[in-house]
Amino acid sequence: MDVYSFFIQLLNGLQYGLLLFLVASGLTLIFGIMGIINLAHGSFYMIGAYMAFSLSTLTGSLFVAIIVGIVLSVVLGVALEWALFSHLYKRDHLEQVLLTYGLILVFEELRSLIVGNDVHGVAVPAIFNWSVPLTETLSYPVYRLFMSAVCVVLAVLLYLLMAKTRIGMMIRAGSSNREMVQSLGLNINLVYRLVFALGVALAAFAGMLAAPVSSVYPGMGTGVLIICFVVVVIGGIGSIWGALVASLLIGLADTFGKVLIPQAAGVTVYVLMAAILLWRPEGLFRRI
Amino acid sequence: MRKSGSMLRRLGAVAAMVAAGVLLPGGSALAQGKLKVGLMLPYTGTYAALGNAITNGFKLAVAENGGKVAGRDIDYFTVDDESDPAKAPENANKLIKRDQVDVLVGTVHSGVALAMAKVARDNNTLLIIPNAGADDITGPLCAANIFRTSFSNSQPGIAMGKVMAEQKKKTAVTLTWDYAAGKESVGGFKEAFEAGGGKVVKELFLPFPQVEFQSYLTEIAALKPDVVYVFFAGGGAVKFVKDYAAAGLPKTIPLVGPGFLTDGTLEAQGEAAQGLLTTLHYGDGLKNPKNDAFRAAYTKAYKIEPDVYAVQGYDAAQLLIVGMNAVKGDVSKRAEMVKAMEGAKLDSPRGSLALSKGHNPIHDIYLRKVEGKENKVVGVAVKNLTDPPRGCKL
Repeated sequence: MDVYSFFIQLLNGLQYGLLLFLVASGLTLIFGIMGIINLAHGSFYMIGAYMAFSLSTLTGSLFVAIIVGIVLSVVLGVALEWALFSHLYKRDHLEQVLLTYGLILVFEELRSLIVGNDVHGVAVPAIFNWSVPLTETLSYPVYRLFMSAVCVVLAVLLYLLMAKTRIGMMIRAGSSNREMVQSLGLNINLVYRLVFALGVALAAFAGMLAAPVSSVYPGMGTGVLIICFVVVVIGGIGSIWGALVASLLIGLADTFGKVLIPQAAGVTVYVLMAAILLWRPEGLFRRI
Repeated sequence: MRKSGSMLRRLGAVAAMVAAGVLLPGGSALAQGKLKVGLMLPYTGTYAALGNAITNGFKLAVAENGGKVAGRDIDYFTVDDESDPAKAPENANKLIKRDQVDVLVGTVHSGVALAMAKVARDNNTLLIIPNAGADDITGPLCAANIFRTSFSNSQPGIAMGKVMAEQKKKTAVTLTWDYAAGKESVGGFKEAFEAGGGKVVKELFLPFPQVEFQSYLTEIAALKPDVVYVFFAGGGAVKFVKDYAAAGLPKTIPLVGPGFLTDGTLEAQGEAAQGLLTTLHYGDGLKNPKNDAFRAAYTKAYKIEPDVYAVQGYDAAQLLIVGMNAVKGDVSKRAEMVKAMEGAKLDSPRGSLALSKGHNPIHDIYLRKVEGKENKVVGVAVKNLTDPPRGCKL
């Protein structure tokens, strides 16, 4: 592999990792901080992608679709938390798995009823629909660079929210001791509702942002879900910073694994996970 | 494209079929009751459209034969196989044991078809496969009672490998999902391309059904081969063709593949697919009298344009009719029936169709070029292509 290819592959790996982070950060909030095993997280990603498809077909603009989509997914998040998830905090993990697995089936069926089972493409917005020539044979789609930039901005915002703001403090306090926070007079239920909605919105936003490059197809949430759990486990449960580092690691391992050892492309990520867990059973980082 | 000799032969075959159909009533056929045909196809899910097209094609051929097969009416038993290999043995057994079908027709998904082939072999039920391309079914797992009227996965690959070698391409890179259909397709390409003097410099695989291609495109750009051969279908095909164009690769490295890369996906691929070369046993604008008649009849009956799957279903029924006519509708004379089917020369909308020793089609594979929303046939890649029935002991 020459130097050019190496750097382009590095770019590919980082770009994939950043997108993974966007989905996985929502999961680390819900799973890590609220303690809910949310198997339906991949479905939120799928719902986001389908919203991007339906709304952009309807309005003619992906950006309008994304703005409307974010509002809708926050509403969905609040409604789900109120109706279902708020009853689960004190139950054991098996019941959470049952409910969220059921949700996967419900969402897939609804998707099939509303949009159908066809594969759809989502058009790249016109201003990003061009490529930068990198070498004489290869160009790089600008939309992918734009996606990465958006992911970096969101990562920074999320970090600031969790580490530097009052609401971030409440969230962190709630995750270590729910009862104590409640007895201090804070409305922990409201905080949790917001965190859940944020998690749903992040996953849906990732789906919307990725729709033009991933295309939209049935079952697209399942693959994302598994890799997201890998990210959360490697990064350390509940750590935003850990999720970022783990996402980038996985992006790079996956990208270079595919090129250097194509025969084992499917397992590189899991070998990485096993190695890290042997080394640090709690994952790379503790909670922030 | 066509020689008058084969035309005459086909006419002869049709005449023989017609004669047999006309002469039969009055013989033993009337006493035999209805022929039970089990259609085990996907009627829901990703492949639902394919299952419906195959069914339509099958029923059209029967209708053109007077709605009967060798004088017998048909009772259809339909099962939705959901393209789920786990449910395949149960579904096939339901048709064979409960409904006691005389012949089983199916299916699209190779995994399901492999399971069906096993059940058919165990019960010695006649099976006609109208799509699934797994090489093994007409290779090591071949059986006297199992026929295929579609293709084997390696066939389009072999044809494209030959064409690319003839175009004096020296190096190639292949890319596909890491599963049977992809490996067989790429294997066919590699075999023919290297036999013609080319060299496959790298074979790339990614896990099914992943569609993150960016790192592979970078690798392809670094290797700079003369041509890239890929096998993808459905959503993966749409995304790969678009990503390949977005990476600016088509300017320097042409992309080719089997017909599945651009069949039924051109709407979604749009501009990115223009000019792509693919190989398949059917295509748009194919000119022969049978195809013209078939397309007109199909469009009239179902109000939609037929596709390659409809052709395969149509030929499945044509093959059954040949076998049934040979035994005057008496399915108990299995050996005689199989012999007639093995020797069948079908007049298919795709051109002439015969069967290899492994019961896989011997047919022309066409070279097609994407123009607008059509896969236009631009020539014959390989005439009467037969794939070697490896490991078949028939």
